[in-house]
Amino acid sequence: MTAVATVGAVRTDARRRIVLVAAGLALGAAALFWLAVGIGNGLLTPVEAFTALIGTGEPATVFIVQELRLPRAAAALLIGLALGGSGTLFQRALGNPLASPDFLGIAAGAGTMVVAAIVLGVGSELLLPGAALLGAALTAVLVYAFAWRRGVSPYRFILVGVGVAAYAQSITSYLVSRADLQDAQAALTWLTGSAGMTSPTMLTLLAVTVALFIPAGVYAARVLRPLELGDATARVLGSRTQWDRFALLAIGVVLVAVATAAAGPIAFVAMIAGPLSRLLLRRAGHSIAASALMGAIVLQTADLVAQHAFPWQLSTGVVTGAFGAPYIAWTLIRTARR
Amino acid sequence: MTTAAAEAPRPSAARVSARVLGLPLLAAAVGLLVLLSLALGSRDIAPFEVLRVLTDASQSADATVIREMRLPRTLLAVAVGAALGVGGAILQGLARNPLADPGILGINSGAAIAVVASAFAFGAMPVGGSVWFALVGAGAATVAVYGIAAVGRDGPTPAKLALAGACLTAMLASVTSALVLADPDALEELRMWQVGALAGRYFPVLQQVLPFLAVGLIAALFAGRALNLLSLGEELARGLGLRTGLVRAGLFVIVAVLCGAATAACGPIAFTGLLVPHAARLATGPDYRWILAYSALLGPVLVLGADIVGRLILPGGEVPVGVVIGVLGAPVFVLLVRFRRLVEL
Repeated sequence: MTAVATVGAVRTDARRRIVLVAAGLALGAAALFWLAVGIGNGLLTPVEAFTALIGTGEPATVFIVQELRLPRAAAALLIGLALGGSGTLFQRALGNPLASPDFLGIAAGAGTMVVAAIVLGVGSELLLPGAALLGAALTAVLVYAFAWRRGVSPYRFILVGVGVAAYAQSITSYLVSRADLQDAQAALTWLTGSAGMTSPTMLTLLAVTVALFIPAGVYAARVLRPLELGDATARVLGSRTQWDRFALLAIGVVLVAVATAAAGPIAFVAMIAGPLSRLLLRRAGHSIAASALMGAIVLQTADLVAQHAFPWQLSTGVVTGAFGAPYIAWTLIRTARR
Repeated sequence: MTTAAAEAPRPSAARVSARVLGLPLLAAAVGLLVLLSLALGSRDIAPFEVLRVLTDASQSADATVIREMRLPRTLLAVAVGAALGVGGAILQGLARNPLADPGILGINSGAAIAVVASAFAFGAMPVGGSVWFALVGAGAATVAVYGIAAVGRDGPTPAKLALAGACLTAMLASVTSALVLADPDALEELRMWQVGALAGRYFPVLQQVLPFLAVGLIAALFAGRALNLLSLGEELARGLGLRTGLVRAGLFVIVAVLCGAATAACGPIAFTGLLVPHAARLATGPDYRWILAYSALLGPVLVLGADIVGRLILPGGEVPVGVVIGVLGAPVFVLLVRFRRLVEL
């Protein structure tokens, strides 16, 4: 009895911690959103920002906030949520901290399609997100189909993903090397990724995707615990391993595909959101919601730095790597020392 | 992992004879490809003529083409292929992760940023002019990755190495693209370097990197036993008398020298360091002594073969070797992974 009671107490503790961390992260993301909307020549107060958002403030402010700042701020928030959630779904469904969508061909496939569209001259602003979506979906289907052999083992999925990524990347770098300089520059700009590239249509699609698939991911992640014990054990415990893994990966693919189509392959956020949120969760384990929120915080911060920290504007993707990476390396190592 | 390690000492008799036979076959394949690489190109030369040119000192247009252009290129392909194959195999044993690619140590990104920065500072350079910069960049990046991962009492564990490498790679890649987007000269230099090519690499390039490659390959001869012990797990390896910290550092230096020099010479030849050891493992099983031997021969087969295909595939042009490896090598790799029973790391 006491053992059962202890297990129960630990579980409640873990659950409380997850809720607390998620709430804290949500507050952080909201604060960053307000900053993104309110920062400019001066900083709007929260009340001013709010009234401008609902359209009742001073007309000039309303225009600046609603037309200029809101789309980019919303894009940063949503892309961060999508990348953070999908990265963790991948890492955990495949049981490998490096197995984020950055390395498994999905971003690479989207990149190849977009660069091809730019170089072949069919890449109008409107078509690029479509090309990216197509590329990401196609690579995901290819990887899954090739990895399928009476089921998909994580190890085989990873190796196939790496192979497909190499294929896509070599085509991309060939196209870039053969393009004229202007096209190469456009291609490279897209490949770096920026929240500022998101079009209104993509923003809507992104919002719908995040609203549907982040909750789906949180719900589906309940099957992760048995999966992580190994396929055989999981099957004994009654989970349909193949179906469960497919569902988790499919949700992850949809999220990362739409995020990439909206803003290009912004590096590193998907890979790092999970490990960072674990620093806060400690022993409470994992939470897709916390990872998604952490992704949003990382991306929003990076986008603020990209827009305001320097006399000239940077791409979001430059900042996530150049400033995010050293800080995160330092954080992870500092905690590993204990 | 445990089953793989347990299998290592006693493989079946059939597999032993198959893998012993495989080595001379692979060596013969390398020899044949060397001959083909000297003979084929925009100007085809008969194999017999190739052998004659190599053995006497006659002067002719064919002799010049072979001695001045195709010979250094072919030798470089063999050396670089062996280096990337062996370096990748050691790295896999070290990082114990199927995703461990030499690129993950920051080698490619370190070399790339050095190339771009040198173009940023000094303007565009002739082919091969940036070898020293790339070498220094690759070396500095790997030292940084190891330094970051080694902080803390538990030292550079596989997970920390991978993470530190990924962090540094992301950071350097970002700075590189910021530089490149600001300066067309640097972009020009980067996009030509980045595809990975053997074309135009003549004797000066070969002379610059060959000492590094030779030293690294000789040192790698002794890596097999240590890698087998490491694959048993940290504690067991230490219990069997391996000084794991020291051995890890040594192996890491070998990988950095091999892959850094190869990348400096030809640009990042993608995927070779990942594909070759996985393919070798499929053929040999989990014993690293065999994996290393097979990788040392499979690497040249892949790089030479891809280089020859790249020369012939487009009339009047040439496809860089890195692109051919990605486009032809990746599907082969995917099919291998799909249809063979995998030996997991």
